[in-house]
Amino acid sequence: MMTEIQYKRNFSIVAHIDHGKSTLADRMIEICGGLSDREMKDQVLDSMDIERERGITIKAQTVKLKYQSRNGNKYELNLIDTPGHVDFTYEVSRSLEACEGSLLVVDSTQGVEAQTLANAYLAIEADHELIPVLNKIDLPASDPDRVSNQIEEVVGVDATDALKISAKTGDGVAQVLEKIIDLVPPPTGSERSPLKALLVDSWYDPYLGVMILVRVKDGYLSKGMKIRFMSSDSSYQIDNVGVFTPKPTPIERLTPGDVGYITASIKTVAETPVGDTITSDKNPADAPLPGFKPSIPVVFSSLFPTDNAEFDELRDSLAKLRLNDSSFVFEAESSAALGLGFRCGFLGLLHLEIIQERLEREFGLDLINTAPSVVYKLHMTNGQSLELHNPADMPEVTQISFIEEPWIKATILVPDEHLGGVLSLCTERRGEQLDLTYAGSRAMVVYRLPLNEVVFDFYDRLKSTSRGYASFDYQLDGYRESKLVKVSILVNGEQVDALSFIAHFDQAEARGRLICERLKDLIPRQLFKIAIQAAIGGKVIARETVSALRKDVTAKCYGGDITRKRKLLEKQRKGKKRMRQVGQVEIPQSAFLAALRTSDT
Amino acid sequence: MKHFGIYIHWPFCESKCPYCDFNSHVEESIDEGRWLAAYLSELNRYANTTSKRTVTSIFFGGGTPSLMGSETLGEIIKAISDRWNLWKNAEITLEANPSSAEKNKFIEFKQNGVTRLSLGVQSLDEDSLLFLGRKHSVSEAKEAAVVASEVFDRFSLDVIYGLPGQSPTKWKRELAEILKLVTTHISAYQLTIEPGTQFYRDKVNTGGEAVEKKMFDYTYDLLEKKNLNAYEISNFAKPGHECLHNCTYWTGDDYLGIGPGSHGRITKSDFNYLGLETYATLGIKSPKKWLENVEEKGSGDLRTSKLKPSERIDELIICGLRMAKGLDTGKFFSQTGISLYDVINKEKLLTFKERGWVKQNKDTLFLTHKGRNFLNYLAVDLLA
Ligand SMILES: Nc1nc2c(ncn2[C@@H]2O[C@H](COP(=O)(O)OP(=O)(O)OP(=O)(O)O)[C@@H](O)[C@H]2O)c(=O)[nH]1
Ligand code: SF4
Ligand SMILES: [Mg+2]
Repeated sequence: MMTEIQYKRNFSIVAHIDHGKSTLADRMIEICGGLSDREMKDQVLDSMDIERERGITIKAQTVKLKYQSRNGNKYELNLIDTPGHVDFTYEVSRSLEACEGSLLVVDSTQGVEAQTLANAYLAIEADHELIPVLNKIDLPASDPDRVSNQIEEVVGVDATDALKISAKTGDGVAQVLEKIIDLVPPPTGSERSPLKALLVDSWYDPYLGVMILVRVKDGYLSKGMKIRFMSSDSSYQIDNVGVFTPKPTPIERLTPGDVGYITASIKTVAETPVGDTITSDKNPADAPLPGFKPSIPVVFSSLFPTDNAEFDELRDSLAKLRLNDSSFVFEAESSAALGLGFRCGFLGLLHLEIIQERLEREFGLDLINTAPSVVYKLHMTNGQSLELHNPADMPEVTQISFIEEPWIKATILVPDEHLGGVLSLCTERRGEQLDLTYAGSRAMVVYRLPLNEVVFDFYDRLKSTSRGYASFDYQLDGYRESKLVKVSILVNGEQVDALSFIAHFDQAEARGRLICERLKDLIPRQLFKIAIQAAIGGKVIARETVSALRKDVTAKCYGGDITRKRKLLEKQRKGKKRMRQVGQVEIPQSAFLAALRTSDT
Repeated sequence: MKHFGIYIHWPFCESKCPYCDFNSHVEESIDEGRWLAAYLSELNRYANTTSKRTVTSIFFGGGTPSLMGSETLGEIIKAISDRWNLWKNAEITLEANPSSAEKNKFIEFKQNGVTRLSLGVQSLDEDSLLFLGRKHSVSEAKEAAVVASEVFDRFSLDVIYGLPGQSPTKWKRELAEILKLVTTHISAYQLTIEPGTQFYRDKVNTGGEAVEKKMFDYTYDLLEKKNLNAYEISNFAKPGHECLHNCTYWTGDDYLGIGPGSHGRITKSDFNYLGLETYATLGIKSPKKWLENVEEKGSGDLRTSKLKPSERIDELIICGLRMAKGLDTGKFFSQTGISLYDVINKEKLLTFKERGWVKQNKDTLFLTHKGRNFLNYLAVDLLA
């Protein structure tokens, strides 16, 4: 039996990382009886191995729940649990498009953090009814009154009636459901109008093929129906229609307000661009829904197989991963030092780390990655402009008229006592302060920063300088012209492409010097002297020397234990395998990333 | 028929030296009779399958095997000659410490069959002996060496250098003193700090690379002048006085390992004429458990595993290159069924030859003096 539209409620759960979104979803699933006790586990919606291991949500997840309200009516709830990390903000934005309201979960022991703010603004922009919830009241450090003041001051929404709950114990969760019924408006739309469904997400399922997550606005979707993608005008016949309970469960039809999936014998996810509008082939809608901007990769890094023979495997594995994650891109690349690999673009550093980890774990690959960099816009003297994804590809300086680099607007929340460290970090990274306000003893600073200065170890530095108390969020904030140079690193006169980097002119020399010093310690001594140089154009700006190895043998007594000698040899040989050859010089793979860290922390 | 050496491990010492990572233990009382019976039982176990072989060397190592009664030693030697064909020129070495009690037993040892003595003097400097935790004095060391040289035609001194704070000059003086005591064989080891030792726990440092290299080079030069050739990285001998038993390790010949934690290598040539199957044996490390196992289960073996061809090749090369005469290509082929130059990286070989680190003769491949300084580095590259 179909639920009438006034008994539907669609909402997202948004919050800063670890404030308890997935745990709250667990309690709601329990209350509504979505899963049996046997099927239930902590953060049940975090289904990927890597999510469970790291205890974080990476992909937004949808669940349809049946809820019997105290007001006597039965409701159908579509809950979307979203990730909290800034790299996956895109997941949040598109989830919001499928809903009319959001729960803003705030950890009452910690208070408002950077992603609390960022995600709250996203929800407000999406015209959502925003319901603040104070979580973790079971903990002794919980201070709900202070935190509700903070929400009002910093986020600017009324939190006087904010519910105080514990997602862990379930305390207060039933009231949250009631509040959703009361405050979140039911969806609108008509089943009789031409079909308009928003393509929220798509991924490849090994059993069901390409699955498309949709939010129906008008019309309906049912098995056998012929649909059309409005962006490409391609049409398909629907094989299956269903909802997540959270298990995929086939149903008869999806009607306005519903969030569910369809499958239609589609071969690749590339045919199903998120944000597209799905309509009926027979009776198409006049205009598509607004949709949303595609996600753009902002951090680039190259991945190389440790063993060159694994190149094809790496390509296949990347292709497979991309089936479920269209937000990263890759392109074959050849490096003199590291061989064949791929230049890959990611949403951020965590995204990079996760993709790399999945490649290593799920596909058994052993990888080296180069230091992350950003996309520069080069304006050439001949009037052309081009995008530079890889410092190694930088053309001759004489051909370049000027270079632009991407900037971000960063919001950092930090307790007063650590503010000093944060401010000097931002200044050191060429930041421009835009705003500094206080909410109680917590400072909120807004900076404009070059993305280039953030992609490597900014987050690590921020954490260490604030003892883990600072939170950080950013948005892209356009391109600006900048005095940038490419610094090349030469080892015994040979340029090492994978180590070259782009830096601001004022910092180039110091960075070059630091990297030479680093490499001096990272490159083991060999049978000859090794010169390490940093150069801008033809000018050497720093130089270090690794002295020659004088002796590599110990006159040691082993007796008949030659097993031990063999094991030692094997170990040394393994170490050697992890070396890359630049001319005569062997460089350990780990050096390619370690050398470029800008600080020791 | 094939020949082999037999290693007998006596795992006890009077005290534990702080640098020592051998399988040596200090026990209040030792039932020597039980130990003898266990050694004989282990010898029997191997004799069943190898009785046709000729034993060319026996080596009593430890621990401090000179703490054994000379009759016990005699019984073991006799048992070996009963079970195998003991070559008439077999080398029978005993490791000894220079305490006066042991010194007085040298003659008895000789009477019971020992033909070669390896004396662990370690140093001729009072402070260094103290640092190394040795229980003897310089004069005791000297006296023991004199007695040993009188009793045995073949005898060797063990010394350790590269101690923290030891200057090359000091080592030179010490080496000159040593050369007054021995003219035929010296084993000169560098102090290394091994995990599990007292020095490791105390975070003792060695002399440092620059100093060590100086001492290493000096030792080679001086001993060479005295006609003591570095026939192996840390062993120097007058021609004809090389330790035959240790050479079995380095040339990939067979040896039985008898006793707790002892290693052995046995090639089963009886079934396969190319002799490609080499087994590595390893005794149970704990003396008590070893003894109980031998007594109750009839074997002190912890594991016997067949070496993979690649493991065998690694061992032959890394050990062979330790020796001045290097690797014999014909022998390598007979041991592996593969040509040496098929397993060695040719490009690297060429580079190393050009640099004068490696040399090739008709049947041998060996490291030059300069090359031996980089033995580990070169071996890894040659096998890459
Ligand atoms: N004590 C207590 N712990 C809670 C509560 N809610 C969540 N947690 C714990 O907080 C941690 C984070 O919870 P999650 O539900 O994974 O948080 P999340 O917001 O989904 O995190 P991301 O998806 O990574 O952004 C887990 O260890 C939970 O057990 C609560 O009410 N009380
Ligand atoms: S005497 Fe030899 S075996 Fe015994 S503890 Fe000292 S170094 Fe080790
Ligand atoms: Mg979560």
